[in-house]
Amino acid sequence: MRLEAKGISFRYQKKQPWILKDLSLSIESGERLCIFAPSGYGKTTLGLLLAGYLMPEQGSILLSGKPLPKKGICPVQMIHQHPERAINPRWRLKKVLEESGKIEEGTLEAFGIETAWLDRFPRELSGGELQRFCVARALASGAEFLVCDEISTMLDVITQAQIWELLLSESEKRKRGLIIITHNRNLAKRVGTRLLDLTENQ
Amino acid sequence: MKLFRWKNRRTRTLCYMTLLGLLLLAAYLFGLLIPEEAVATDFMNAKLPPSLEHPFGTDSLGRDLFFRTLKGLSVSITVGIFASLISAVIAVLVGVAAAVGSKWLDNAICFVIDLFMGVPHTVLVLLISFALGRGLKGLLVGIAVTHWTGLARVIRGEVLTLRNHPFVAVSRRLGKSSGWILRHHLLPHLLPQFLVGLILMFPHAILHEASISFLGYGLSPEQPAIGIILSESMKYLSAGLWWPAVFPGLTLVLIVLLVDKFGDNLKRILDPYSAQE
Repeated sequence: MRLEAKGISFRYQKKQPWILKDLSLSIESGERLCIFAPSGYGKTTLGLLLAGYLMPEQGSILLSGKPLPKKGICPVQMIHQHPERAINPRWRLKKVLEESGKIEEGTLEAFGIETAWLDRFPRELSGGELQRFCVARALASGAEFLVCDEISTMLDVITQAQIWELLLSESEKRKRGLIIITHNRNLAKRVGTRLLDLTENQ
Repeated sequence: MKLFRWKNRRTRTLCYMTLLGLLLLAAYLFGLLIPEEAVATDFMNAKLPPSLEHPFGTDSLGRDLFFRTLKGLSVSITVGIFASLISAVIAVLVGVAAAVGSKWLDNAICFVIDLFMGVPHTVLVLLISFALGRGLKGLLVGIAVTHWTGLARVIRGEVLTLRNHPFVAVSRRLGKSSGWILRHHLLPHLLPQFLVGLILMFPHAILHEASISFLGYGLSPEQPAIGIILSESMKYLSAGLWWPAVFPGLTLVLIVLLVDKFGDNLKRILDPYSAQE
């Protein structure tokens, strides 16, 4: 499968400056594309566009030549920078995992989730623990591509390493494509198979 | 006040709830079941201090104050429950309409809320009750249409933040329908606000009912409402008749405090930040 953006431009409101202008990229299943840029270059906006949260003003985003479906489970899922905002604070975590379908056997072990956490509320877990739930939820939805928007930026180095190890091994096992958004060049070199520098685009 | 200190919050709330439920039910049923003869005037027994026969004493017309208070509470509870229910439903409808409607509607609703909040409650209830010809109907409408503003504002804010919250966007991308999101994401946030708002509105409504009746613009004097009993007792207070004021007043305060405690505890149980304390 192939996810591509063809000449997309985007701005949040008419008459405001363009955030992305005539940008094109493509990624195959199993690939890990790192999108690198300093703050304020529209990395997150690009992620939101690729995952279908936003619509580009010009150009199109195609999955195997077809636009992303408007209804049903989106085949491109996004993992957000702040897990505590991507999880309903009133839900016990079991329900969070089940939002993308039944919990498969082995999921908990694969993502280092302890059974006792399932009955807790989100605020009782740390950011790194919550991020594992978000990663597990996104992968369990059956999405072909995952957009990882700075998913480890606010975690300490040990937790960062754990999360990436989990994500890389699980996505490799399932032959999923990853779009990794980061402003950490070393991380980009370490986890990506290809690097796209947004600063060179302009 | 910290009754039931030895239990955890969940049990404590349950205790409050049972106690409150029993009390309200007892007051309501007793109020209905007590025959008129029990509170009939009896000048032979006027102005008796509390005794075993008349636990709350008798008033200047010789009516038994215990039964009269119970009957009064029954009226007050009816007014309180209906007024706060109507008020809470108005609040939810208006709040949701403001949050999901057009900008123009939102501005209009916010203006009305500000208008209502700018006028002192008592004055507003008094005017509405007076305009509708006093009595139970005037009082009910007066209280119902003035108490929704605070809750409506809370609901509006809650819906506005939820609509733009990332976890709702994630849910949509996971293929969930608007109905599913409403039931699983929005309602769990709104229901506690509604319940707690409703329960905490109840003491307000009762107190306003009593104060408007006390001022003479609410229920008619022959109806045994707490406010009426209290306003009658004022005339004799300086003559040393303390019991017609103290006991009915105490029961009112007791009910109001219990409801308030119950609402507070319920709020904490329903809030995930303090749910497992």
